[in-house]
Amino acid sequence: MATTSTRKTISVEINGRTHERDVPASMLLVHFLRDELDLTGTHVGCDTGSCGACTVQLRGDAVKSCCLLAVQADGASITTVEGLAGDEGELTPLQQSFNEHHALQCGYCTPGMLMSATALLEHNPHPSEDDVKVALQGNLCRCTGYWNIIDAVVAAGEGGAR
Amino acid sequence: MTAIETEAGTLRKGAAMGQSVPRREDRRLVQGQGLFFDDVKRKGMGYLHFVRSPYAHATISSIDVSAALELPGVYGTLTGDEVAILTDPFFQIAAPPGAAVKDYALAVGKARYVGEPVVAVVAETRERARDAAELVMVDYEPLEPVVDARAALAEGAPVLHEECGGNLSYAGVWEWGDVDAAFAEADHVVKIDELHFDRFNSTPLECSGALVEYNRGTSQWTMYTNNQFPGFAAIMMGPAMRVGLDKLRIVTQDIGGGFGNKITTHPQLVACCLLARKLNRPIQWTEWRTEFHQSMSHGNERWFEETEVAVKADGTLLGFRTKAIDDAGAYLRYEPLGGVIWSQVAAGLYKWRNLRLEFTQAMTNKAPVSPNRGYSRMQHLWFTERVIDIVAHTLGFDPVEIRRQNYVQPEDMPYETPNGCVYDSGDYPRALELVLELIGADTIEERRAEAASRGKLLGLGIGSTLDSGTNNFGQSQLINPELQFSGNNEVATVKLDIFGEVVVTLGTTPQGQGHETTAAQVVADILNCDVNMVHVRAGHDSYWNSHAGFSGTYASQFAVTGLGAVKGAADLLAGDMVKLASMVFQCPEEAIELADGFARIKDNPEAALPFMALGAIPNANNAGFPEDPPTMNRRFVYRPPFQVPDKERKFGNLTLTYSLQMHACVVEIDPETGVTEVVEYAAVDDCGVRINPQIVEGQVMGATAHAIGAALWESFVYDEDGNLLTPNFYDYHVPHALDMPPLKTAAIESPSPFTPLGTKGMGEGGGGGIHCICAGIQDALRAAGGAIVTDSHNPYHRVWELLSDPERSRGSVEVSSR
Repeated sequence: MATTSTRKTISVEINGRTHERDVPASMLLVHFLRDELDLTGTHVGCDTGSCGACTVQLRGDAVKSCCLLAVQADGASITTVEGLAGDEGELTPLQQSFNEHHALQCGYCTPGMLMSATALLEHNPHPSEDDVKVALQGNLCRCTGYWNIIDAVVAAGEGGAR
Repeated sequence: MTAIETEAGTLRKGAAMGQSVPRREDRRLVQGQGLFFDDVKRKGMGYLHFVRSPYAHATISSIDVSAALELPGVYGTLTGDEVAILTDPFFQIAAPPGAAVKDYALAVGKARYVGEPVVAVVAETRERARDAAELVMVDYEPLEPVVDARAALAEGAPVLHEECGGNLSYAGVWEWGDVDAAFAEADHVVKIDELHFDRFNSTPLECSGALVEYNRGTSQWTMYTNNQFPGFAAIMMGPAMRVGLDKLRIVTQDIGGGFGNKITTHPQLVACCLLARKLNRPIQWTEWRTEFHQSMSHGNERWFEETEVAVKADGTLLGFRTKAIDDAGAYLRYEPLGGVIWSQVAAGLYKWRNLRLEFTQAMTNKAPVSPNRGYSRMQHLWFTERVIDIVAHTLGFDPVEIRRQNYVQPEDMPYETPNGCVYDSGDYPRALELVLELIGADTIEERRAEAASRGKLLGLGIGSTLDSGTNNFGQSQLINPELQFSGNNEVATVKLDIFGEVVVTLGTTPQGQGHETTAAQVVADILNCDVNMVHVRAGHDSYWNSHAGFSGTYASQFAVTGLGAVKGAADLLAGDMVKLASMVFQCPEEAIELADGFARIKDNPEAALPFMALGAIPNANNAGFPEDPPTMNRRFVYRPPFQVPDKERKFGNLTLTYSLQMHACVVEIDPETGVTEVVEYAAVDDCGVRINPQIVEGQVMGATAHAIGAALWESFVYDEDGNLLTPNFYDYHVPHALDMPPLKTAAIESPSPFTPLGTKGMGEGGGGGIHCICAGIQDALRAAGGAIVTDSHNPYHRVWELLSDPERSRGSVEVSSR
């Protein structure tokens, strides 16, 4: 049996704001985000780190928050999907492009897709179709077949949304 | 992806309808502001975790929850014994013998598949609930399992449900035309020993779950959940829980994919309800991925045995006879409806008039099956397409020509099939031409030679398929004459509020199909206002008066039933608005028009009432009217025109619309490994009038991706002990971005003559990708021994077997000619 009674106080900067919480050592980072901080845009789709619905940016890299414990994020800075749009709700060119290209249906994988693709665009502002496929291979989508997602990311890299 | 909008723009329906209006759902979803059930939280809620059976078949001799209850932070438990006292078994759709199945929210006395919920534990955190579940002691006495439907029907097989006297859940003979005469007339009879349609499902990314509250004062439960057919869930849950349906409030907003897999969550919801009442606190249940794979809604696995096909010398198909054996898994949660649903497309796309199918369904020690995108029709359409390609292969016909020759022709439309279904419209040969053009079939031999020069086997495959939509639930009476379901319905309300807001409520439960957008498009064009003036409420709430018995989102019907209801309600509201304007202007109604967001006098556009005035008058400023002003709040129930089918002949119209999908692919096989790569893909879709072409294309893409996955990678594989070997996304390979081939799409619009907007239900895709990949593999193997593809699922090792021993599959097909 896991030791759910061991606890630790952690401090994490998320979307520019610092949160300090006392959490069970066994708590996954994704459950910390969702259950403790109510940042429910980050989703859970599997038990095995396969689906990428929980992807966030940790110190600038796209990571799967179901594969980290909350305590491992102590002292780190994190961006979640809620941190993408501007304060007035202005969408990023990538978010806009997802809408224009019908790159989402149910929207469950979308936060993870956006976080992986945002990290890609930060490292490679003009990715090719193949670059996008490689960057998104850790993110599963069951609705779209990926074609429109790939188009949306490539288009965002070509100079933002139309 | 290359979209060729061959017919785009040829059918402009209005300013909004027919346009690819960007989805309005997206704004919240791209910001992580969707509201999925797992996002709903309540103070003091307890997290539920199920203790599940590690055995495929076992008697439960004792359960001890005391150690779990002693763990700090554990709120309580629920066992099968309690469930058996507090509830009645779920209503069974089946007639005898399946009718005798006793199915509860938790296993009672016996577990019948690995992963079956046996005990529910509730604790203050997810982690604590899981820990506590490990402390529950269940004593099992393992029994011999049976995991193959064919074996389950054999004499002496272990019996899952003793009350049924065996593992048979349903058996029926379906025969139309004069089958014996057709075989007497045939020049060739092609016999196929066995075909197998594999077990998989579409694995929505969001697993099942709910947040359930119990209101002690009103004795009512509220379920924030992702069930996609609340009407069905309620009629299953109410009688079992011994309460009226008004006590069961079902609320959905955003649902993370459904594909039919979220229809039969009623057992788990009952467990949540019982615990919410017992523990007097909200219950949060979120299924883990492994739990979903082990227990939720597998697709129907099906064998077709001893198939015979009657063919004329010129390639005319006269008919077939076959024996279908369907695997329902351990419980009948929606079954045996699969035993009739296939017959919506009994004839496939073909004109053969003499068909016989013996349908037998068995229960096995595997997860229960439930609808999965293309439910039961996909299995049968795969069979008809396999038959065509095997006939072509063995008799030397061109797979393209034999299809073209035997398709129902456009001049035959509307076409009554041998079993009384009516194909409403379509031009199958034209769609075939189009898809062959997109895939570049005219250069296939050059490409085959080029691939051969690289050591690869190249093949072209066609998958022509139908998506029958808008069920006539009267078809359920063909498998159980005692059932009292028939027809179909859906509800919408449209109102004009005080400040002129047009507000729409739907009875549906969308899971990504863009209902908020398409409903707004329809309303905007009827009221002649900007689409942004229309507000469509997100989600479903059975507390609203905007649902009916068949409400939900399933079985390819929203564009007919959902939008039919929206159109009906919007037409009524438009009438109200015209009437009120005529009262205000004291002129005949005929003199009023709705235009540009106003109700105005046609000949004097200056005399115009804005929507705000029309909304405010009846709602807030209604004194002094000589008669009641219209309410500006209209509800419409759309009911498709159906009759109860003829139960004796198993004859009647079972679905209102038939969308067409024509898929084609080019595959390359590495003969060294058996690995198949889909190198090109094309899909032509005809779903009648498209309200939003971009959303339609999105559905085509999604269905294509599911089919490619099922054809090559996705399979629920069980070992002989009944252990699922693919219980997660490591072992169950869902295609990712790198797996997808280049795709070309095109659309034809053949309006349905039977529906309010000329639309047809669509989205399920009929498994077109499975059919065409099987055909493509068989075509590629012609140059390497000519193996016959007899399975819907062809991973590398199966293809490798076909390559290494082609005689084996060839030997399973026999031709007798006269």
